[in-house]
Amino acid sequence: MTTLLAARELVKLYPGVRAVDGISFEVARGSCFGLLGPNGAGKTTTLEMLEGISQPTSGSVLYEGQPPDRRFREDVGIQFQNTALQDFQTVRESLTMFASLYGRTIDLGDLVAMCNLDDILERDTRKLSGGQRQRLLLAIALVNDPKLVFLDEPTTGLDPQSRRNFWDLIEDVRARGKTLVLTTHYMEEAQRLCDEIVIADHGRIIAQGKPGALVQEHFPASVVRLPVNAWSLGTPMPEDCEVRNGYIELFSEDVPPVLERLGRSGANLSELRVETPNLEDLFLKLTGHGLRS
Amino acid sequence: MLRRILAIFISRNREFYRDKAGLGWNIIMPFLMVFGFAFIFSDEPDNLFKVGVLTTDGELAAETSPFLAMLHVSFIPLSDSEAAIAKVERHQIDLLLDPEGDPSYWINTHSAKGYLAERLMQSAYAASGPLPRRQTVSGRALRYVDWVLPGVLAMNIMFSSLWGVGWVIVRYRKNGVLRRLQATPLSAFEFLTAQVLSRLAVVLTASMAVFVGADFFLDFVMRGSYLALLLVYLAGAMCLISLGLIVASRLRTEELADGVLNIMSWPMLLLSGVWFSMEGASFAAQVMSKFLPLTYVVDAARRVMVDGAGVVDVLPEISILLGTSLLLLLLAARLFRWD
Repeated sequence: MTTLLAARELVKLYPGVRAVDGISFEVARGSCFGLLGPNGAGKTTTLEMLEGISQPTSGSVLYEGQPPDRRFREDVGIQFQNTALQDFQTVRESLTMFASLYGRTIDLGDLVAMCNLDDILERDTRKLSGGQRQRLLLAIALVNDPKLVFLDEPTTGLDPQSRRNFWDLIEDVRARGKTLVLTTHYMEEAQRLCDEIVIADHGRIIAQGKPGALVQEHFPASVVRLPVNAWSLGTPMPEDCEVRNGYIELFSEDVPPVLERLGRSGANLSELRVETPNLEDLFLKLTGHGLRS
Repeated sequence: MLRRILAIFISRNREFYRDKAGLGWNIIMPFLMVFGFAFIFSDEPDNLFKVGVLTTDGELAAETSPFLAMLHVSFIPLSDSEAAIAKVERHQIDLLLDPEGDPSYWINTHSAKGYLAERLMQSAYAASGPLPRRQTVSGRALRYVDWVLPGVLAMNIMFSSLWGVGWVIVRYRKNGVLRRLQATPLSAFEFLTAQVLSRLAVVLTASMAVFVGADFFLDFVMRGSYLALLLVYLAGAMCLISLGLIVASRLRTEELADGVLNIMSWPMLLLSGVWFSMEGASFAAQVMSKFLPLTYVVDAARRVMVDGAGVVDVLPEISILLGTSLLLLLLAARLFRWD
C-alpha cells in the first residue's frame, strides 16, 4: 500500500506550551488511521496541521509526496469537532452551498441517502439532534467526493446508539475507498474502525501500530479480574497483581494456573472475569492515566 | 471563483432575511428616528421675523435702511447674495433686503411670514421715500426633517454597514463557520467579496424602503439627481463596509467587536453633521469631522437632496469615499485571519 499522507517531525509551539512535540507517521492509501490520546494530548492540533488549517512551527506535511497545494483543498473533506453552520439554513441549503464551493462534487441524492438525511432535508440546521448534526457535518465533509477525510472526534457527545450508527456510516465511507484519519478518545471506536493507530500523550507518540498487534505486544493474552472485596478481611491477596478501580488484575498467557492459585488464596470467585486486554488497558499501562481523565 | 462568491452571497442573504427580528430592526429603526425628529421639531423654534440684509463687510449700518430700526425683527447680515436668495427660497429667512445702491428685496410668494415681513418693511419705508424694488422667489419651506433626512439615511447605512459585516464575521470566526469555510477551496478574497456584496444589497434595499416610506409619510424635499444620491450612498456604504471589514479581520469575540464598532461609530454620529451643521462647531471638531467618512456621505447627500446637486457636483465626495474604500479593502484583505 502506498502512502497518501505523511507527517514529518511535526512541532507546534504555543506560548509556554509544546502542544505537539515531534510527531511523525504515515497514512496508507485506503486505510483508516486513528490518532488517540487523552484531552490535551495534541490530537486536534496535530490534525489541524495535517488539514492545513494551521501551520506547524517546524516539520512538514506531505500529501501524495508533495507539500499540500491548492489541489489539496479539493481533495480533502474535514469534519471539525466544533463547527457552527450559518444560521437560518436548511440541511439541503447547507449541502448545496458547500457543494458550490468545490470543482468536483458527489451526487447529492446519493450523499443524502448514504448519510440518512432524507427526513431532515428541509429542517433548520439549528434544530438538529446531536446525531443528525454529526451526520450532516459528515455529509458536508464528503460533498466534494474527497480522497482523504479527516474526522475530529466524530462521536464525542453522542449517545451509544447514535455512536454505533455513526460507526456503520464511517465503515460505509471506507468501503468507498476513502482514506480516513480520525481522532478519538473512545478506545472501542479505534478498535472497531482503525487499521493503524498512534497513541499520543503530551504532544508525543508513545505507541504506534495495528490495534490488535499493539495490545498483544504489551500484554499477555488474558487478564483475570476479581473484585477486591472477594477476599475476606485478613486474607492476603496475591502479591503480583495490580489493583485498579476496585478490581485486582492478573495478566497471564495461561489462565488455569491463575484460577487455581486464586481459589487456593480463599477468594470468593463468584464475580471473577476472564477478558482479553484491549486498547483501554494499553492506554492505561502506557500513560498511567485514563483516557478521559 | 464567481460560483463560490455567489454561493456565499446567497447563503448570507438568506441568513439575513430569515432573521425576522434583525430585518425588522433594520427597517423600523430609521423610521422611528425620522418620526421622532419630525415630532420634536414640528413647532418653529422662534417667533421673530428673520430678515437677511446683504452687506459687503458683514456689518449692519442702520443709516442704510429705515427698516433696520424696526423692533422684534432679527436682522442677519449676509454677504453671498446667491446663498442668501436660496435661504429665502427655503424659508430660512422671511425676507432678504439689499439696501445698497439700487435697493431691492426678495420675498417668497409661498411664505406667510414673508408676506407679513413685507408689510412691516413697507411701513418702515412709508415715511422716508420710495420702496426698494420687489423681487419674488418661490419654494417650499425647508423643515428640519428635510435637512436631517439625508443624514439619518447615511447614519442608518453606517450602522448597517459596520455591524452587518464586522459583527457577523467575528461571530463566524468565534463559532467556527470561518474555520469550516477555510477547509474548502474558498479564498479569503472570495469570502470577503461575497460579504461586501451581500451587505451592499441589504443596505441599499433597506435605504430605498426607508426613502420611499419617508417620502410617503413626511413628504420631504428631494431637489437633486436620484442617480447622484444613489452613487453617494453606494460609495458611502462601500467605505463603511470596508471599515467594518478591518474590525472583522482579526477580532475573536463579539463583545470586543461591538466595543470597537461603537468607538468608531459614535464620533461619526456626533461629528459628521448628521443632526446639526458642523459650521458652528469648534475648529478641532471641524478638523476631526474631515477624517470621518460619514461626513462626506452626509454632506454630499444633503447637497443632492436639499441643494439639488447633480452627479458632477458630488464627484469629489464620491471619489474620496471610493478611494478610501479601496485602501481599507486592501488593508482588510491583508489583515484577514480565518481563525
